[in-house]
Amino acid sequence: MSDPTLLQRVSKALPWLLLVLAIVAPFALSAYDLNLLARFMAMAILALGIVLIWGHGGILSLGQGVFFGIGGYAIAMHMKMADLPEGELPDFMLWSGQESLPFWWAPFASPTFAIAAILFVPVLVGSLFAWAVFHRRVGGTYFALITQALALAFATLIISRQDVTGGFNGLTDFYGIFGVGLSSPGVPAALYWLTLALLVASYCGVRLLLASRFGMLLRAARDGENRIRFLGYNPTPFKVVAFAIAAMLAGIAGALFTLHAGVVSPALIGVVPSIEMVVWVAIGGRYSLAGAIVGALLVNIARDAVSSAFPELWLYLMGLLFILVVTLLPNGLAGLVASKRA
Amino acid sequence: MSSSAVADLLLSVDGVTIDYSGFKALDNFSMTLQRGETRVVIGPNGAGKSTLCDTIIGRVRPSSGRVLFRGEDISGLPEQAIVGRGICRKFQAPGVLPTLSVRNNLALAARKDRRWWKSMGLGIPAAERATIDEVLETIGLAERAGDEAGALSHGEKQWLEIGMVVATGAELLLLDEPTAGMGPAETSRTAQLILGLGASRTVLVIDHDMSFVEQLQASVTVMHQGKFLKQGSIAEIRADAEVAAVYLGHAA
Ligand SMILES: Nc1ncnc2c1ncn2[C@@H]1O[C@H](COP(=O)(O)OP(=O)(O)O)[C@@H](O)[C@H]1O
Ligand SMILES: [Mg+2]
Repeated sequence: MSDPTLLQRVSKALPWLLLVLAIVAPFALSAYDLNLLARFMAMAILALGIVLIWGHGGILSLGQGVFFGIGGYAIAMHMKMADLPEGELPDFMLWSGQESLPFWWAPFASPTFAIAAILFVPVLVGSLFAWAVFHRRVGGTYFALITQALALAFATLIISRQDVTGGFNGLTDFYGIFGVGLSSPGVPAALYWLTLALLVASYCGVRLLLASRFGMLLRAARDGENRIRFLGYNPTPFKVVAFAIAAMLAGIAGALFTLHAGVVSPALIGVVPSIEMVVWVAIGGRYSLAGAIVGALLVNIARDAVSSAFPELWLYLMGLLFILVVTLLPNGLAGLVASKRA
Repeated sequence: MSSSAVADLLLSVDGVTIDYSGFKALDNFSMTLQRGETRVVIGPNGAGKSTLCDTIIGRVRPSSGRVLFRGEDISGLPEQAIVGRGICRKFQAPGVLPTLSVRNNLALAARKDRRWWKSMGLGIPAAERATIDEVLETIGLAERAGDEAGALSHGEKQWLEIGMVVATGAELLLLDEPTAGMGPAETSRTAQLILGLGASRTVLVIDHDMSFVEQLQASVTVMHQGKFLKQGSIAEIRADAEVAAVYLGHAA
């Protein structure tokens, strides 16, 4: 009984085995499949942020698409600008009769600015928004509704300003990033490894955060906000910082996704995609980082399989899956594997 | 004589009214606590006892009157600032943090620096660890230090929350119904626990259980409909006709 069983050994070794498989995937998968995997891994980075705020902070956000979109549009704007000869306008602006480059487009020509925007605009928007709401001690349900309204407003704004945002079609037709062609030999694999590395780094970072006193206080604020308030803590900053970190992860995810998908558009960041993001995590397990990664990958693989054959069916299927998981498996797939919360 | 009484005055609730849209949960209520004193507040359900605690810790704000702590008006301070001055409260329904271990519940309470950016680290400083171990002994939960607080029995949760309040190092402890849901054995352990806190702490206890009040050997303040009714020793309160009428009137 002191010997670990075979099953225990396998489940201990499994994450490492998967990591090795993920590292060698570019040598085994077709270019198409590798690209899909890279997109889904990008989404898994966002899912880690949802575990942080929803699982451990009790903050349900139905607006993570906004931060995903900020990251996505920031890198897309950079690639649009980088492809451009001096003084010319991006293609879609010409088509919609725009005469000059809007002032807020110009700085995106700089790669440093674009990267800073990907990382810090979500943090800034996320923390200002979360502070404004949590400072007033607005409850969870209202918070979820407000984030959903934010997602709706963001997508609507982009669609309505076609001339400077690309509108409903979004931004697409990118050729290179930081001086290398996106489809040059080796580049897709390098971008895949970059995504994998950022996923692993995000996983380690959030895991450390959850194990720290900060993580403890976040869970304490979730379960007994009044108790910690009357122990002398202000619960607001813990929630705001967690939300800002989740926003940053969503921004990174959006930028990587856009690199792999070659497009960013309102259809990827609005209300429905934002809800789907929560569904990945509900299915994987909202308390578990590993569960969220698995959930994001599995649901997106399933989505790809189903929606290419029956595009109409996917939303119904996802709704059904969500209801089944919430009623039967409140801790998601991770709850099946271990009854203990990660 | 009067100057030492003023020097020993720790808390004074001074003509406080709490108005819930027309309903006065506290109605021009006043009381004082001396340093090191243990005081019991009794009164029928709805008398305003929990509201009194809420007022002292800043959860509700008086529409008139003041709360003075060490001679300073604290009734307008933010909640964290009031805790920072040395007042901590146990809630009526145990407010332990269910998914944290018993030790971590105490660690959050014992933590001296409560600013968020100081929470970005692992582990507990040695000085705080000593406090935690001491409190674990006091509340008799040393054996269960590693268990999730949610897995404790009701009585153990009450003790843990008392321990959290103690671990903050606060000078004034407000204990709202610490023996609710306890049997006689647990109740007398709770009384021992409170008596064992010693003269460095001032304790305001809200409770209904007269055997518990007797074990505490403290003086008693009686509240009724948000108002001060009586104050005195247990024997005096027991013999008081007005107090009896209030309780009997409620039972009838
Ligand atoms: N937030 C509130 N809004 C309205 N009435 C309240 C509120 N909190 C307490 N009360 C009322 O104030 C009275 C005193 O309540 P409380 O202080 O909890 O009494 P006790 O602790 O003595 O049983 C009760 O009648 C209660 O219904
Ligand atoms: Mg009460």
